[in-house]
Amino acid sequence: MSLALDVLTILSVSTGAFFFLAGTVGLLRFPDALSRLHALTKADNLGLGLVVLGLLFQVEGFLAALKLVGVWLLALLAGATVTQLIARIARMRGSTM
Amino acid sequence: MAFDIGLVTLVLGVAAWTIGARETFAAVVGFVAYGLLLALVWVRLAAPDVAMTEAALGSGLTGGLLLGASTRLARTDGPAAIEKPSAIIRLAAAVLCTLVSAGLAALVLLMPEPAPTLAPQVAANMAATGLGNPVTAVLMAYRAIDTLLEVVVLLLALAGMWSLAPDRLWGGFPGPRHQDDPDSVLSFIGQLLVPVGILVGIHIFWVGSVAPGGEFQGATILAAMGILAMMAGLVGAPAVSGRWLRLVLVVGPAVFFTIGLAGFAMAGGFLAYPEAHAKMLILMIEIPVTLSIAATLALLVAGPPERTTQR
Repeated sequence: MSLALDVLTILSVSTGAFFFLAGTVGLLRFPDALSRLHALTKADNLGLGLVVLGLLFQVEGFLAALKLVGVWLLALLAGATVTQLIARIARMRGSTM
Repeated sequence: MAFDIGLVTLVLGVAAWTIGARETFAAVVGFVAYGLLLALVWVRLAAPDVAMTEAALGSGLTGGLLLGASTRLARTDGPAAIEKPSAIIRLAAAVLCTLVSAGLAALVLLMPEPAPTLAPQVAANMAATGLGNPVTAVLMAYRAIDTLLEVVVLLLALAGMWSLAPDRLWGGFPGPRHQDDPDSVLSFIGQLLVPVGILVGIHIFWVGSVAPGGEFQGATILAAMGILAMMAGLVGAPAVSGRWLRLVLVVGPAVFFTIGLAGFAMAGGFLAYPEAHAKMLILMIEIPVTLSIAATLALLVAGPPERTTQR
């Protein structure tokens, strides 16, 4: 049972790390601000989500799991908001930043 | 081990990049990233209390202050680039910085092995404070005077910053007026995040007695929520002459100092607590201190008074 959980954790966290990598590559390679933001938030949200999912298999107790999910939700909220604000400024300036 | 080496390389790399950055804004962004990485280093050193302080205060709040400063300095970036310091001054700065770094490195490397420590004494006597977190026990009981002075220093910093305001704006409202647009993203996140953040801040403060956390970390989160609410235009920044505001700023240090003085009568020394009531007295200090730190930090970020009316 614990072996199966460990395998699930490794799979999930590794996939999450892959999304972080993909997001970083997108941030560095995409041509304009809006696409870069898109790469960053999509990949980071999914990446962090998968890392949190992987860690959920390891925690003991409902409260610890709830905290992990809370961290993910707060990161989602903050990421989405900041992206909106940056994108708005990028569009106002009309440049590729 | 490989992770630690990678982390250290990253910290040094970001530090070098931050120093080398040409634009003030880019340097501030580098500084924030550097602070977050440093928090990871503290976690690796099994010091979660320091890690939280570094992330909240060192990286987050100081980053916010520096961002404000860099915005104000943006107009002077051009002229500053023209008046380049002479080669001698730059050489002298480089030599001085190298000497300081070398001195610090030598101190760390020459430390006796094992390093002198009072940790066993703290662990042995911690029960007397009624606290479960040794870091909080040190901050609030054994080195309470340092904590008291830190709180006072914050207040002095705020008074110093306020005194930068021109006379005609004295007693006015800090920072520009932020528009309250109910449809804006900022307004939405403010309404959603501020209540959650206040809960998290109080939680971090409260668990400080038994787990990593404490008044500085909790107060920083509360301050951040105050700043967010002000930026979203949900609440107006209070006038710096407001009586209630002044009271909130002073109540923490005042209560701390009063209970410290009462220590002479109760336990025979400044900031000494009678053993039976130690935990209650520490809590009586911590609650107003957290409130004062939160207000002070939020107002530090808000800046000096810039307008005399709320509009």
